[in-house]
Amino acid sequence: MSAPTATAKRGRILGSAAVTWFVFALALLLWELIAVGADTVYFPRMTAILGTGADILLSGPAWRLMLGDAAFGIVLPSLATALGAWAFSAALGVALGTALGRSRWAMDYCGTLISFLRSVPPVTLMPAFMVMFGIGLRMEIAAIVFSTLWPIVLNTVDGVRSVDQVKIDTARSLGTPRRYWLGMIVLPAAMPKIFAGLRLSLSIAILLMVVAEIVAGTGIGLRIATAQQTVEYTEMWFWVLLLGAIGYALNSALLAVERLVLGWQPTRGDDA
Amino acid sequence: MSTMLEVSGLTHQYGRGERAHVAVRDLTFTVESGQLACIVGPSGCGKSTLLRCISGLIPATGGSVRLHGDEVSGVPDDLAVVFQDYSRSLFPWLTVAKNVEFPLRWQKVSKADRKRRAEEVLESVGLSGVGKKYPWQLSGGMQQRVSIARALVSRPALLLMDEPFASVDAQTRGELEDLTRRVQRDLGSTILLVTHDIDESVYLADRVLVLSKSPAAIVADLDIDLPDDRDQITTRESEQFVSLRGEVARLLQSPQVQRTGEADTTDAASESESEASDAGATADEAGDAAGARADTGPHAATEADSDGPTGTDGTAEASDETATARS
Repeated sequence: MSAPTATAKRGRILGSAAVTWFVFALALLLWELIAVGADTVYFPRMTAILGTGADILLSGPAWRLMLGDAAFGIVLPSLATALGAWAFSAALGVALGTALGRSRWAMDYCGTLISFLRSVPPVTLMPAFMVMFGIGLRMEIAAIVFSTLWPIVLNTVDGVRSVDQVKIDTARSLGTPRRYWLGMIVLPAAMPKIFAGLRLSLSIAILLMVVAEIVAGTGIGLRIATAQQTVEYTEMWFWVLLLGAIGYALNSALLAVERLVLGWQPTRGDDA
Repeated sequence: MSTMLEVSGLTHQYGRGERAHVAVRDLTFTVESGQLACIVGPSGCGKSTLLRCISGLIPATGGSVRLHGDEVSGVPDDLAVVFQDYSRSLFPWLTVAKNVEFPLRWQKVSKADRKRRAEEVLESVGLSGVGKKYPWQLSGGMQQRVSIARALVSRPALLLMDEPFASVDAQTRGELEDLTRRVQRDLGSTILLVTHDIDESVYLADRVLVLSKSPAAIVADLDIDLPDDRDQITTRESEQFVSLRGEVARLLQSPQVQRTGEADTTDAASESESEASDAGATADEAGDAAGARADTGPHAATEADSDGPTGTDGTAEASDETATARS
């Protein structure tokens, strides 16, 4: 390691967790001040929003870590739907992408179709999903799977296709049997791109979860819609902030997994 | 000494018909067991194609390759290749130890044995204690040591090396050259190493094969009778080394090397000027085209036909050729 320069030092201090959380807290404080100044029902104070949130979530008994019925009745089912559908997409997408990517001609036939499917804004398909699957959980799952599948497929195809020729030659010259080819060479080499697809689709999954729930009238989506219609803006804002927190937490969790799986990558570890 | 590698009439062309590019034409040579042979030739002459054919990575379009008597079709089990680009050749998702163990996975070697042998071979290339690191955590020279260790771990009958030291600095290159010679002596391996570096070929080899420009053909086969124990400084100073190096250098500049390729491509057909420059254009170097245009006379063809170890012939003409080329 070379001696730390002044810039590097500053970078390290600025990049540290404490500083980014300080800025985050500062933003909340700014919100509070502006809301106090503005004094309007549409833009409630941050303390009020967080207070409402605490009332909603932390109303339960101590043995449930204070978590109230809302946490179990609303947040958990919503999360389970989003994560379950996303995980299904991930498994299907990686399998499909690997098959398409390994085939010499499959992408020549299906490439345009998949790019097209990916380009359709999934939200606009909600009416179609309602007709096909009825209003309810099945529709929510279908919407999330459909919208998260294609980014994973395309990234996997890309990853599987971009295995370095020298590595292919090396693996062949070292006598790698064909049945180990996928697991030992192709998928590890494709993993960075597969993870890029997974991260992208995870944020799409949260988005589609809320939209589908607003349409279907369940979970967090229903709460946001109801709060808005009954002029409970404080509660509405709380659910919006909660969604942000959920997205952040899930992304961080996936990053942690990625760091574990892709620990071998030289550039891993400092981006968050 | 028995013959380890027997290449006869090896020909490889890319594409077909008029667009075909003949990379290797009618190559015949053998490498004896325990020998370290270097193939030296101008860049882009088809050296890598030759190695890929020998290693079975691509099927040659003509001729045959025999490894200890067995015809090579597909990648042979007891052959290993060290590529120039170590950073692309090592698997970045595996630790150094796992990289080295990799070829043993496909053989009937127990896990404990694999581990032990990987440690041993890493030690023999001077890399004990780095097994748990990932390749990118090592310097370039160390990474190439890892790929040499990986190639040697299964004790291959033949080790092919494709410009193995071309991407490391001069100091490291010297170290790796000495390492290669030492390991080759210790394990009694047979090595065929391809390089464009004249000094390197003479310093390393028991024998140097000089290749012509594309399509590659052998123009000389030199025994390097330097002492077995070589030293980066004293060996390179020795009169023998200097004169051998000069000989190889002259051969490489000789009209045979510069022209054989183009003359060869037209030897079957009657030699028309357009054909010769066509052949030059298909070759990937601009220099080839210039050479092709200059050498459409029947004289060039006869000269080229006399391939084989005619070293002195080539030497005499070499200086003439360079003189005319400069004027």
